Amino acid sequence: MTIKKMDTKKNLFNWTHDRSKYPEIKENGEADIDLTSHKYVKIWHGPNHPGVTGNMALELTLSGDEVVHAKTHVGYLHRGFEKLMERRLYIQCFPTCVRLCVAEPDYNEYLLARSVEELDNIEIPEAAKWLRALSLEMARLATLLRTVPGQAGTLSLGMGVQWGVYLRDLILDLFEELTGGRVYHMYIIPGGVRGLLPDGFKKRMEEVLVKIDEFQKKIDDLIFTNAIFKKRTIGIGVIEKHMVDSYGVVGPNARAAGFARDVRKDYPYLIYDQLDWDIFTLKDSDVYSRSLVRRSDLRVTVDLIRQIMAKMPDGGDIRAQTPNVLHWQIPKGEVYVRSESSRGEYGYYVVSDGSKTPRRVNLRGPSYTHAVVLLEKLLVNANIADVHSIMVSLQTCPPEIER
Amino acid sequence: MALKDILTPFTVWKNVFKEVVSVKDPLNDRPGAARYRGFHVNDVDKCIGCGSCEVICENEAIDLVAVKEATLGNSGLRPMVDYGRCCWCALCVDVCTTASLRLTNEYTWVSENADDFRYIPGVDAKPWDNNELGWKKPEPNYHFYGEKRQDMGELHPEERDHSFIEMIKGFSKEQAMLEADRCVECGICIAACPAHMGIPDYIKAVREDNIEEGFKVLYDTNPLPEICGRICTHKCETVCSVGHLGEALSIRWLKRYIADQVEANDYKKILKTDGITNDGKKIAIIGSGPAGLSAAHYLALMGYSITIFEQFAHAGGMMRYGIPSYRLPYDQIDKDVNYILSLGVEIKYNTKIGKDISLEELKFGYDAVFAGTGLHLGRSTGIPGSDHENVYQSIDLLNKITEDIEIYVPEKVVVIGGGNVAMDITRSMARLQKIKYGKVGVIATALESEENMPADREEIVEAREENAIVNPGWGPQSIEIKDGKITGLHVNKCLSIFDDEGRFSPKFDENNKQFFEADMVVESIGQGMDLGYITEDVKKDLEFGPRGRVVVDEYFQTGVNWLFIGGDIIQGPDVIHGIANGHKAAVGIDKFLNK
Ligand code: SF4
Ligand code: SF4
Ligand code: SF4
Repeated sequence: MTIKKMDTKKNLFNWTHDRSKYPEIKENGEADIDLTSHKYVKIWHGPNHPGVTGNMALELTLSGDEVVHAKTHVGYLHRGFEKLMERRLYIQCFPTCVRLCVAEPDYNEYLLARSVEELDNIEIPEAAKWLRALSLEMARLATLLRTVPGQAGTLSLGMGVQWGVYLRDLILDLFEELTGGRVYHMYIIPGGVRGLLPDGFKKRMEEVLVKIDEFQKKIDDLIFTNAIFKKRTIGIGVIEKHMVDSYGVVGPNARAAGFARDVRKDYPYLIYDQLDWDIFTLKDSDVYSRSLVRRSDLRVTVDLIRQIMAKMPDGGDIRAQTPNVLHWQIPKGEVYVRSESSRGEYGYYVVSDGSKTPRRVNLRGPSYTHAVVLLEKLLVNANIADVHSIMVSLQTCPPEIER
Repeated sequence: MALKDILTPFTVWKNVFKEVVSVKDPLNDRPGAARYRGFHVNDVDKCIGCGSCEVICENEAIDLVAVKEATLGNSGLRPMVDYGRCCWCALCVDVCTTASLRLTNEYTWVSENADDFRYIPGVDAKPWDNNELGWKKPEPNYHFYGEKRQDMGELHPEERDHSFIEMIKGFSKEQAMLEADRCVECGICIAACPAHMGIPDYIKAVREDNIEEGFKVLYDTNPLPEICGRICTHKCETVCSVGHLGEALSIRWLKRYIADQVEANDYKKILKTDGITNDGKKIAIIGSGPAGLSAAHYLALMGYSITIFEQFAHAGGMMRYGIPSYRLPYDQIDKDVNYILSLGVEIKYNTKIGKDISLEELKFGYDAVFAGTGLHLGRSTGIPGSDHENVYQSIDLLNKITEDIEIYVPEKVVVIGGGNVAMDITRSMARLQKIKYGKVGVIATALESEENMPADREEIVEAREENAIVNPGWGPQSIEIKDGKITGLHVNKCLSIFDDEGRFSPKFDENNKQFFEADMVVESIGQGMDLGYITEDVKKDLEFGPRGRVVVDEYFQTGVNWLFIGGDIIQGPDVIHGIANGHKAAVGIDKFLNK
């Protein structure tokens, strides 16, 4: 196991580490932790921990205040939605799938709908494509409004989070107007969407976007031009370049490591080929770079929403005529569809045996790799005080791991 | 790290002087959005209790419970919602076949009684019952099932107006499956069908391309599917749930589709009736119309020996002798009838009870008798001139057309009557004129206004397509005769047909008259029954109800216990009622003979 020497030039406050403290690695790859040696302390970080996003636990082995071994434990959510879907009509899966990710349920709606449509060769109306893209970007925006300032929150700078959550609430208000729901929107349905823009929606959206523009300036001052934030994030939690592909790192985490990776560009879907934006990448791949990439994502998302509002058709059909949803049998086959969520590639693998219910719905979520295998590696060497920050910088989402 | 990084964060202190943004009293200051998915409301008068909401709910949060008396097209059930299960997805609203179900935009509801959260929207009063906002069925063009029927192919007027070949082409497999897909399987139609056919089941069989299964379902309740699949009055379609917001399922055509797919040779194999033996008690059936054939079929399946006595040379009764072959081809009648005969049913043609053989003889020769003798006597208007030799009864003409006996076909014909039989003779005469003269000259006139004409709308439309004139709303006054020849019919505008007590008493406008030129007048104002075969000593033990109808019990058994009567003479003219009667009577006869 190679431990990377910290870039001490960048961060003067880095402690030096003494390799002798680390447990031996046994032949089976497990760390040989002998608690009776009094060299180590084991603590549980979660599952009931205010700092953990969702319910997940980190079993940390410390030597002093340094993490020498980490293990991610999931299994606290007792869910099984993927399995439940195997017993439901396709249309009935649609209110179930949203629960796979609470923060961004919309990607689940989209992917389930798209899988069904691809398997059954259904072309959705033009207006529905734009409305889908709108709701997906709104979901991204709502998430980033929390996670961008949330990174500072992990270091006890909570004010940005308060601002962000307020603005997120305004986005949820708009979601409520468009979709009838605040958290689980249940808007993208196989065949299309469930409603056109309400009257005056664009105007109200723009009012909120202007507030978000101001918010961005404010968090730049509060968080990104902040000595403490920089000291606590620069050089911390580095994902090395070689890890990106071997660990399946995607989304902002990959972009912060210099990989221009974005499903919307790489495999354009919906109307993304008609929108204009550049992929923002950084090289350092630490907590700070990932925060900056998300800050850029926030800016881009606001811009994309403006572009969508300007370009989308004013009316039109919202749903293609599908077979009767009560008897809808999806042709035998399998499909993998993907989208770019705020956390990166989020895909569904759906298998149909030709019946009315899916044979298998499997989510490929970024958190599975980011929060389990990757996080376990990144935490080794970290200070206990940075564990939370590193975890949040990967934007881990336990509900999406344990589905 | 620059000095800027140390100082800038402090600039956020300026926010201390900004206005507070939080909503103080969100429940009152910030109502739910107009589309919010809050609590359920149901317009229980609009809801028909189809249960589609219950079926689609993935959380099983809806149960249909009895709330009202069931009526045709309305199960009387209404959805009860359980908020211990509901996730407010509103799929129930989106699927609702009547758009009666909605969600209001309320956010909160507090009650200390957990049972309150299980309630019947629209029945159990709630504070939000009059809230118009909230989630409704989405628009535009948002349908969970096909709203429009599959087009039924038919011959164009110019292809059909000079011949008696069948005009409706029937569904292709693809069309039938698409049509069957529209059904929500609610079963509302079953109650409306006089024979209570297993409609959703056979539609499902079409959807799943399982013709054999569908065919079996048809024969459970209806042994004349080729016939009914063409000319049934389809009462089921008038109540179909899907018809509330779109077009009702083409139930009749789907039935025809199934029957059309099965070769006559395969009937016995599919219906597993190869081994039927008929050595049981003997039953006589008078008349081979729908009621008689249906009774014969079900009794034959029970093992009885059946003999049908038919006055005409062919079986089918009114179905053959009243309905023109462009609507119901004779070979299709034969297909249904031949199968019934193949079950060992014997039929004696050209044998009229009361003339060739008496009812008494049947009484002694058989264990029970079922009479389904139909309505074969034409009724006359009795207006001056109606006794002229060129004034005909539609039923007599239709009989002759069936038997290929030449009838009088002049260039100008007036038909009096607004029902389906009137349209049948109108369209038949139009065809004969077209064949003979190359042009059509038929006027059909009826007392009823166009909206109230009893004929099916499509019959009127198609008659016009074939160049017949349908001019309703006139009352016939007299037939003008000059030099012994009919010259036409005098009519007055009809103001009303019934008096205040609902009795037939038409009122005419003396100042609004018309004269329809004609060489021939056809009266088609309904048919009567001829019970002449019922001998006096039987008659004395029968009870008669209104309009001379024999009173029967639920199994069509009369006061004379060996005599069962059903069909048109009991329930009025309708094939499917006849079939249902025959089936029920078969059960009744079996009970009677086995008690
Ligand atoms: S809203 Fe959804 S969960 Fe609730 S009763 Fe309707 S279908 Fe069921
Ligand atoms: S779907 Fe609509 S019409 Fe049918 S039972 Fe439910 S509420 Fe009533
Ligand atoms: S045919 Fe119409 S009424 Fe009958 S089960 Fe289907 S949807 Fe319901």
